[in-house]
Order: sequence, then structure tokens, then C-alpha cells
Amino acid sequence: MSVEQTNVTPRGGMTVSDEVAIQITGMNKWYGQFHVLRDIDLTVYQGERIVVCGPSGSGKSTLIRCINALEEHQAGSITVDNTLLSSDLKNIDKIRSEVGMCFQHFNLFPHLTILENCTLAPIWVRKIPKKEAIETAMHYLEKVKIPDQANKYPGQLSGGQQQRVAIARSLCMKPRIMLFDEPTSALDPEMIKEVLDTMIQLAEEGMTMICVTHEMGFARQVANRVIFMADGQIVEQNEPEGFFNNPQSERTQQFLSQILGH
Amino acid sequence: MSDQNIFYVRTEEAPRLPAPPSQQGITGWLWNNIFASMADYSTPSKAISSILMIGMTLFTAYSLVWMTWTMLDFAIFSATFSDPAGGKRETCLANGGACWPFIQAKWYQFMYGFYPKEEIWRVQLSMVMLAIGTLWMVLPMMPARGKVAAIMLFVYPIVVFVLLNGGPVEHGTDDIGRIVAGVWFPLIAAGVCFAAWWLTRDGKMGDVAMALSPAMLMATVVLGAFAVLPLITLGIDLTLGTEIVETNKWGGLTITLVVAIFGIVISLPVGVLLALGRQSNAPIIKYSSVLFIEVVRGIPLISVLFFASAMLPYFLEPGVDFNKLLRAMIGVAMFASAYMAEVIRGGLQAMPKGQYEGGMSLGLSFWQQMRLIILPQALTTVIPGIVNTFIGMFKDTTLVLIISIFDLLGILSATLKDPEWSTPTTAYTGYLVISIIYFIFCFGMSRYSVYMEKKLDRSHR
Repeated sequence: MSVEQTNVTPRGGMTVSDEVAIQITGMNKWYGQFHVLRDIDLTVYQGERIVVCGPSGSGKSTLIRCINALEEHQAGSITVDNTLLSSDLKNIDKIRSEVGMCFQHFNLFPHLTILENCTLAPIWVRKIPKKEAIETAMHYLEKVKIPDQANKYPGQLSGGQQQRVAIARSLCMKPRIMLFDEPTSALDPEMIKEVLDTMIQLAEEGMTMICVTHEMGFARQVANRVIFMADGQIVEQNEPEGFFNNPQSERTQQFLSQILGH
Repeated sequence: MSDQNIFYVRTEEAPRLPAPPSQQGITGWLWNNIFASMADYSTPSKAISSILMIGMTLFTAYSLVWMTWTMLDFAIFSATFSDPAGGKRETCLANGGACWPFIQAKWYQFMYGFYPKEEIWRVQLSMVMLAIGTLWMVLPMMPARGKVAAIMLFVYPIVVFVLLNGGPVEHGTDDIGRIVAGVWFPLIAAGVCFAAWWLTRDGKMGDVAMALSPAMLMATVVLGAFAVLPLITLGIDLTLGTEIVETNKWGGLTITLVVAIFGIVISLPVGVLLALGRQSNAPIIKYSSVLFIEVVRGIPLISVLFFASAMLPYFLEPGVDFNKLLRAMIGVAMFASAYMAEVIRGGLQAMPKGQYEGGMSLGLSFWQQMRLIILPQALTTVIPGIVNTFIGMFKDTTLVLIISIFDLLGILSATLKDPEWSTPTTAYTGYLVISIIYFIFCFGMSRYSVYMEKKLDRSHR
């Protein structure tokens, strides 16, 4: 397999700055004897929208889960917003409160209402007064277009609505970076669009985003950069235009022909 | 296939009809639940089954009528209700049924054991407070239920101890001085621990110090209790001027409630801690939790109670006494905690990993995740198991009678030895009454758990 290190500077544009949001250097991770992530180097600039794709088991999810320390890495360094991710619990908590994350299965708290889901972390982590937290939560719930469901429980909502609540819940912490771990993979086709629309809106507002997703249309439309991973390595990264029309590595060509072929 | 016409368009609404009579009303219910199964004679096998059903239905009906009649006959029709002449056993012997005057005569002991009559208001006051507090917590329309629950958990036990036992000192000024003198050391120690916790809690003093800070907080609470409890008891004692009633005079339902409620109140939080400890990554915490749970579950409660009452004095210095009731209460609470821990561990394991990750990704600390996300859901899941443990423990408290603490059942056994009331039916009457009392408490807990389950189950609404 040819590992090509093409050095891509982020696409110029009004939202991308020179300020580094996430710096990953020489990162390695093992599950027992299994080497899941191999020598990952990645720099994410403030305001960038990055789509990570690749075959299943290639370490995409593991990579973004390392960024907010849901998974531990064994070698190399990860710096988020100038905070070095170490085993220090204080740094981990700081990074987690700055980095929002949306999961494939939403992970809403079923025993709390939509509104309580959204105000929980601001009240307990940010120590914001309850009234203010409710105002913020309602603001973001309006943004994802479900303010009228605020007093229902997650179990009463459709999958697409739940995922939008999950996005609003993360936004209530006013994160500087958002991570999306296959946010549409567990949804019915009809509901994928409403979630993607929310994510596109977020991207247009200049949020720094890293999305693991198989929605190639989304990648073409909003990404500055597409990263292709295979066998725990970053195989290729490029602007969407170049990535889809002119893939360099054989592995990427094979992957794209598989998913775009039909 | 190809030349079949599959084209179809519905042109008018199909009518909505009422359900057939067999689905509604009392006749429908009777038909579905009783007669439908014995009305089919279309084939030989169905006929045989119908005839068998008729036989079983008749047998069940007969048994029900017979049992109800026997019970009513014993408890009411052939029973002796009053004993105006004071004939005691002779009055009851005249009829064959239940001997209710026996219950009337011994009711006081069933409730209070050998507690002195002139001090009985203390027990009654405790029970009234318990009833009011419990109802207040349980009824959803009452205001400030959380505060009442906190009072019932932390203040009520102290009040009850002081009320039932009486003050720890005689009312001389010397004794007051002694109490105050005994308080200053734990008070200062608690202050030091509190300061240590305050300094280390946010990690400014380093990671090791931060890891120790919860232990500091716990030490503060324990030492604080040692400092504050004597002062509170002293205060109550001085205002009420109560006399000491030794715990060996307590008995009956009072003892049952004291032991059971102590067990319930201790076992839930300790069970949660043990269950979390068993899942911990720290080997010391993990294996000490496992050791406690497995050892306690591995030996019978009776042997622990025996050990506590008969063997412990051999191991202690002569003259050192450790209240027998307290030993029994600790034994029961330990047992309940170990069983509770395993029930709660089941609830923790039922939690999807995503719930932990959802909490983590929002920056919640471990204890915040536990308190706000994991435990509310895990405990709701295992309400049936928790209440099962409570009910089991409530009835296991009767085992204290083997170390001659006279709980409800023990008191009954003792009163049955009274020759003045010895008739063939006295024991049956007594056991019937005791069973009803136990049933009321256990059935109440069971129904409340069903209500709580329905109220808290939000996952599928």
C-alpha cells in the first residue's frame, strides 16, 4: 500500500483562520496487541470542516474519540485549543467541555426531558444559573427547529429529532470544536436530510467540525478537506474536489469506486 | 402469475363496526375468562378438554369457597371476641374459634415489648412521626418531599434514638461538663479534615492530594457526627428530661421496625458504594468490595448474629460492652448491603456504554455522571430487586429472636408460653395476627414499588 503524504494547506475562505484548533502529532494507539491507529499526524485549523471517511474498522471513530479522550492513546501527542491532552483529569475535563460530540446512537439521557438534557451540563459543568441555561437551551432548540418538543422525553421523539437534540445539547456548552461520529448512520433515509441540514447550517456559521460520515454529498458540499483512512493510517487527504475527482492512492480509488459505484 | 389481474382501488370506506358482545361487558368477561374454555365439543379431543376444564373450574370454585368459609368460621363465627368475666382460657375454650381476647390482652407487648408503660408516649411519638414522615415522602401531592426525606434520613434516627433510649447522661452538671469535654477533640479533628478537604478538592495541591480529598470529606462527616451527636442528644435530653430505657426492654413491632428501617436506610447507600466499588479500576477498592460482598453472602445471617451475641464478648476486653441490639442491627444492615450491592450492580450493568460516553463528552465528572445520569436510571431499572431485598430483610429481622431479642415474632412466642391463655387456638390466632401485620408492611412496600416503577418509567412513553 502506498502511503502518500500530500501536504494540503486548508482551503482559503472567510471562515478558516491560521489558528490551530487541534494538533495531533505521531499518535499511536493499540487495543491490546492490535495496532488500531498508526502514526497519525493531523492539524485542524479553526473554522475548518473535515470529513473523515474510510472502510469500517479503519480507525475513523477511534481517531475522533481520542480527541476528547473517550479513548486513550498510548504514544504521540494531541493538543486541543493549546491544551495538551494527558492523563491529567483536569485537562481532560477542560477539553471535553470545549469539544462537543454527537454519537451514532445519540446517547441522550432517557430519564430527562429534552430541555433537561440540554441544561444538565451547562448547569453542572459551567455552573451557569438555571434560568440562563434554559434560555440558552431554548435558543439552540429553536435553531435545530424543535423548541415545541422541549418538555417531552427522548423516547417520544423520532430518530432525526433525537439527533438534532443531541446536536443542540452539545451546542449548549458553547463548544469551539464539534465532533460527529457517524451521526446519520442509525437513521431512516427520510431523517438523514434534517440532520444534515442542521450540520450544514452549523458549518456555514464557521464551527470547526470533524465528521466521520459516509454521506459523500455532505462531504462535497461543506468540507474543506476530506481525509481517507485505512488500516489505522491516514492514507490520503485533499480538498473534496480533488479527492473525489482525482484520488491519488490505489486504496482510495478502490474505496470510492465501491461507495460511488452504484 | 403474469395474466392475473392485481389492479385494485378501494372506492368506499370499510365500515367501523362495534366489537362483538363476547369482547365487552360483564357477560363478555365471564364468557372469555370462564365459559369459553368449556364450550367446545366439536371434536373428541376438544370435548375431553372442555370436560376437564369443567371439572377443574368446579374444583377451584369449591376450594375457594371451602377455604374462605373455614377462615371466616375460625376468625369470626366460632371466635371469642370479648372476655368480660375475665375467664381467660376458659372463655376461649368454650368456642372452638379464634381467641381474640388473647390478642387484646397482649397487644401492648406485640407493639412495645417490655417497654415501661409510663414511658410509652416516647415509642408512640416515634411511630407517629415515622408514619407522618413516610406518608409525606410517599404521597406525590405533598410539598418539599426532598427536605422531608432528608430529615427522615438524617435527623429522625437521632431523635428516635434519644426518644427511645433516653438521654445518655444523668442530669448532673458534672456529666454535662464531661460531654462537652468529650466533644472538643472530634470537633477539632473534623475541622482539620474539613480544611484539608477544602484545600485539596480542586487539585491545586497536586493529584495525590486530590485523590485523597473525598476521604477527607468522609472523615469530616464521621468525626462531625461524633462531635455533634452527643451535643444534640444532650440538648434533647435536657429539654425532655427522659429516663433511660435499656434496649433489652424494647420489643415487639418497635424492634422489628427499628432493625428493619436501620437496615433499609443503611443498605441502599452502602450497596450503591459497594456496587460502584466492585466496578472500580482501582484494585484495592475493587477487591475489598468483592471480598466484603462474597464473604457476607457466603455465610448465614444466623451465624453472624450468633457470633455477635455469643462469641464477641470473648474477643473483647472484660467490661467492654457493645450493645446487643446495635450488634444485631449492624449484622442485618451488613447483610442487606451485600445483597443490595449485587442488585444495584445488575442495574449498572444494564446501562448502555453510550450513557457514560454521553456524560463524559459533555465534561461531567465521574460523580456527576453517576449522580445525574447513571444511578437514576440504574436504580429505576432494579426497583423490583431493591424492594425484593427490602421485603426479604424486613422478614429476616425475625432471626434476631435467636439471640433473645424479642421482635414481633419473638414476643408472640414468649406470650404463647403464658399458661393463663393456653388454648388449642391461641397460637393460631397469634400467628394469624402477626402474619397480617407483616403482610400489611410487605404488601405496602410491594405496591409502592409498582407505583414507582410506573411513575419513573419514561423510556417508552
